[in-house]
Order: sequence, then C-alpha cells, then structure tokens
Amino acid sequence: MSVVLWIPLVGPLFFAGLSLLLRTSELRRFVGVAASSAVLVSGLFLVSAVLNGTVPASGGGMLRADALSAYMLSVVGAVGLISTWGGLSSAASSRTKDAAGYEALIALFLAAMSLAVLADSIGLMWAAVEATTIATAFLVGHHRTRRSLEAAWKYVILGSVGVAIALLGIVLIYAASVGTDTPTLSWLLLSQSDLGLDPALITAGGALAVLGFATKSGLAPMHSWLPDAHSQAPAPVSGLMSGVLLSVALYAILRIQSITNLVIGPEFLRTMLSIGGLLSLLVAASLLIRQRDYKRMLAYSSIEHMGLMAIGVAIGPAALPSVLLYILGHGLIKATLFVISGRILKVEGTPVISDVRALLVRRPGLAVPWLIAMAAIVGFPPFSIFFSEVGIIMAGWSVGLGVVVGAALVLLLVIFAAFTRLTVQMTIGAPPHDVAFTPDYSAHGPRLPIILALATTAAVAFVAEPVGALLLQATAVLGGSN
Amino acid sequence: MFETFYPQLIGLCTGALLLTSALMVWRHSLLASIRLLALQGVALAALVAVIGIAEGESELVLVSLLILSVKGIGLPWVLAHQSKASIKQIQESPRLNPTAALLAVTLLTILSYVVVSRVFGLGDTTTGHAAPIGLAMVLIGFLLLISRRRARSQLIGFLLLDNGIATIAFLTSGGVPILLEFAVSLDVLLVVLILHVFAGRMRTKFGGTAVDQLRELHD
Repeated sequence: MSVVLWIPLVGPLFFAGLSLLLRTSELRRFVGVAASSAVLVSGLFLVSAVLNGTVPASGGGMLRADALSAYMLSVVGAVGLISTWGGLSSAASSRTKDAAGYEALIALFLAAMSLAVLADSIGLMWAAVEATTIATAFLVGHHRTRRSLEAAWKYVILGSVGVAIALLGIVLIYAASVGTDTPTLSWLLLSQSDLGLDPALITAGGALAVLGFATKSGLAPMHSWLPDAHSQAPAPVSGLMSGVLLSVALYAILRIQSITNLVIGPEFLRTMLSIGGLLSLLVAASLLIRQRDYKRMLAYSSIEHMGLMAIGVAIGPAALPSVLLYILGHGLIKATLFVISGRILKVEGTPVISDVRALLVRRPGLAVPWLIAMAAIVGFPPFSIFFSEVGIIMAGWSVGLGVVVGAALVLLLVIFAAFTRLTVQMTIGAPPHDVAFTPDYSAHGPRLPIILALATTAAVAFVAEPVGALLLQATAVLGGSN
Repeated sequence: MFETFYPQLIGLCTGALLLTSALMVWRHSLLASIRLLALQGVALAALVAVIGIAEGESELVLVSLLILSVKGIGLPWVLAHQSKASIKQIQESPRLNPTAALLAVTLLTILSYVVVSRVFGLGDTTTGHAAPIGLAMVLIGFLLLISRRRARSQLIGFLLLDNGIATIAFLTSGGVPILLEFAVSLDVLLVVLILHVFAGRMRTKFGGTAVDQLRELHD
C-alpha cells in the first residue's frame, strides 16, 4: 500500500515531463486531467486503506497518510479534476509553445499540493507549500498583460514573505524540539503529549507559523494578494488555487494547531484564528457589496469561506468534521464557478458584472449551471456548504463562542444579500429590445465535470458511511490520538 | 585553542551579518546592495562552518558549502546578471532618508534583543547570546521590503529576511535537518529566479521597475 503514496507525487511529475515532450500533439491538453486523476485515484485508495485501519507510510517515515492526509489528497484530486477537465483547452490552442509549460506547471502544482498533505514533517510540508507558490507564479502571470504581471508580482512577494514567516515559526518549533531527547520535525512525534517542549518557543513558533500559513490561505488582514491573483489567473488555475490551495494552507494550520494545543492549550490560537476569521468575513462583506468584477467576486467569496473555516478551526474538535466537509464542498463548487466564469469571460469578452446582463435568456447553457452553483456557494441546502456552515455555527455556540459565531452569522447574511443582488444582476432580466438574439444553449465546454461537481456536493452530506466515518477519523487524528 | 577563539569567531560572523544588513539599508545603489548580499552569504557560511567545527558535525560543514555556493555566489550572480554598466546606474530612491533608515535599524536591533531575551530567554550559550542578530536581520529585511520602490531592491529585502531566518535557525538549534536545508535553498533560488524574470517583464511592459506603478488592480 505504501507504493500508492508515491503515485500522487511521481505521476504528475511524469505527466509534466510528457507535456514538455509532446511537442505538437493534441494529447497534451489532457495532461492536467491525467495528473489530477492520478492524485484522485491514489487518494481514494489511501482513504479505503485508512478506513480499513491501516496507516500507509513510506520514505523512512517522511510520507504518511492518516485519515486527514488521505482525505485532503482526495480533495486535491477531485478539485483538480473538475478544474482541469472543465477548463480543457481547445485542441488548436494546446499546440502552442506556451501550452506545454502551462500544462506542465499545472501538473507540478498538483504534485506540490499532494506532497504538502502527505509529508509527515512540518519542514517538508513547508517546502511543498512554498513550491506551490513557485509552480503557480507563472500560471498567474500566464496572460502576460500588465494586470496579470502586477497580480503575479504581488502574489509571489506576499506569498513568499508570508511563507518565510511560517519558516521562522517552524525553525522555532524545531528549536523547542532540540531541547528534548529527540530533535524532530515530524508532526506525528511533535503532537505526542510527553515530549516536554518549551512553551515559550512553541507559542512564538506556533503563532508565526499560523500567521505565515494564514497569509497563504487568504485570511485577512494578509489577504490583499488573493483577489488580484485569483481574478487574473486563467480559469482552471483560479479554480485550483481558490478551491484547494487555500485549503491546503488551512491543513498546515490544522497540523500546527495539533502541536501547539498539547503544549499551551487551545486558547491562544483560538483567539488568533477567531480574529482572522471575523476580519476575513468583514473584508469580504464590505467589498462584495460594491463589487463590479465577477471573477473578483468569486475571489472575495473564497476569503469569506476561508474566514468561516478559520472560525471552525478556532472552535476546535466539535466543529472539525464540518470544516473538513466544508473544504470538499467549497473546493468543488468554487472550481465549478471559476470554470463557468472562464467560459462567460470567453464568450462575453468582459469581466464586468454590469456588462453581462440577462444571461438566463441569452445564454441558458451557461446561466443555469451558474445559478445552481451560486445557490450552492451562498449556502442553500441540499448542498453540503449549508450543512457545514450550520455545523460550525452550532459547534461555536456549544463551546461558548456565541459572540464570534453570532457576528459571523450577521456578516454571512450581508454577504448572502450582496451575492444574491450581483447574481440577479447578471442573470435575470430581459435583454435590450432593439437587439436581436437567439438563445445560446451551448455550455461552451465539457458539461460532465460541472454536473459531477454539483451532484457530489448535493449528495455528500447525506452519505454517513463512509464519508461521516472518515471525517470523524480525521478529526480524531487532530485530537492527538491515532 | 579553538575553544578560546570560538566565542570571538561567532561574534565576528554575526557582527558581519548585522553590519552588512545595516549597510544595505544605507546604500542606495543596486550594485552595492548585491555585493553586500554576497558578503553576507559568505559570513553566514562562515558562521555555519564555525558552529559545525565546534560541535564536531561534518554535516554542518557540508551545509556551509551549500550556503556559500547558493547565497554567497549563486544568488548575487543571478541578481547582477545584466550588463554591469546598466546596473551601476540603478539608484534607489527609497521612501525613508538614510538617517531615518539607520535610526530605524538601530531601534529594530534593540527591539530584537529585548524580544529575544524577554520572550525566549535563550540561556547562556554563546550562540544563544547572538540569536537576536537573526531576528534583527528579519526585521531589517521587512524594513527594506516596505521602504524600497524598485522591484530588485525589494527582492534584496526578501533575501535579507531569508538570511535572517537561516541565522536564527543555526544559532538556536544548529540548523534544521539537511534535507529541509536543501529544500529551503532550492525554493529561495527559484523564487528569486521567478521574481527576476517578472522584474524583466515589468521593465518591458511598464518601462521601469518601480513597484509604485503596480496600481491597476484595486477595488
């Protein structure tokens, strides 16, 4: 079983090499899809292994897949598949020279995220998170316009500085472990209760590490790169970055939290993450009300959802199953929305909301999935985001964080109203009378990935076995057991 | 014999690190900053070598060679890799004047001594006493990132920040595991290459590398 741990790392690398070798072949456009399928299939294999009670490990203990890692790997694969398949480029455009690098970088990006969730070393995890910045830098700047260059510069500078702060934190955590018998960076060893780590070093290290990874997961006030990068990148890249890269950074916060909780208790990070979460919701609410660009609107929606997830992480074990389900639901829906937004941008030629009118009448093939996915992202049942949000709010109430979740609820209502207004502005209404048109039923790209993503999100909350069992097992991992 | 020199050597190396950091804030010419960065890389490699010899760890000597080749030679070469004539003309016009900037450096250094002694209380070891220098370098790196206008000068701030983190790592725990050290060096090298490419694209697109021009994206 331990061989499966290497597939999500080596597979995408192999496909990346293939993309560079297939000079003019049309097959090259399937490289991203193949790489994400490799990640998804191995993720599902590892999930089944974990549910059977084994914990695959390999590489001298450097790679390890407990329930949480296996689950996150599956999410990376699933969101990757939806983004790359939904954003499949046309055969003609995949023959250009740029396309080879593009597909190769997507595959590298997937490999880096897989390494981040599989590594049993906070150091290796850090290096993998930094590698995601490296892989996505040129993807964000892919269009080579002034705007995308600006977005890419801000993204790389802020992303690297943020992750450098996280490295400083990890260095301090390692310094704490040097004071004990076994110097280590393995989170498995560090999250055992009897190490006797120095509380002062762990406090400073944990705070810096969480601050750094929070930059990468787009939490306010370190979010300023996110709307720029996510709105300027090509649609599949935005889907991957918004849908799953942010959650991978949140996963890093979860691992750091499981180390600090044992040494200094949950209160310290709880305060930090609650403030970050509420600030993110506030930033998202205030900037969504007057938003004019629909890709930026989706980016601010990611800040909102990451903020609520951070509040869930702050609440602790009671909310963690909801947070983990949230990661999957948000990832799939956000990838879908970005894919559709890319198609709208392509056919309408403008990212401005007020220029895209009466989409439901003019282009039902795009507007119908857009409306359904929008309903899912603002939290309508039966989509799983609804159940995650309710779960987090209930859990917050039960552990005595009523003020925090109360404030979050108010901000969520504001965001809900803003989203509804913007979506209605884009889709509902009649086109101008003097313009003749025929309704366009084409989806302008593969339909199946969108249907799959929406159906999965709608159904997943009702599947107690094996999803519920897996989520509980993953939560138990973070409690220090297993 | 080595024991008597050891505290002095540590002091010499960390002193060189702090001095180069302060000079980077003072000098406005890009070429001077790059040379100072190279000098700082050499000082960092020497520090690691001294710690390695003192603790009898051959692995650290290997790491020191890695640092010498990446931070002392590789990165400065990448940064200076355009015609010397054009790079000599690049003068930074920072947001802070030199006096204010050097005053800020002094304050940041005092601050990091206070923070490290109060919060961490790093014992009485020679390396522990020098650890605040690393934090001071991190803070000075931030100062450069905030106060510089040109893309490449910001890049130097980022590298100073990274050197500071490496200094803290070596002074507090004798360095992180060697695999991580490799990964960190590779990551930093790649980030610098990417930012370097972007700075080049910026020059062709915007006609200059002043980061102030990046104002198109906002809400």
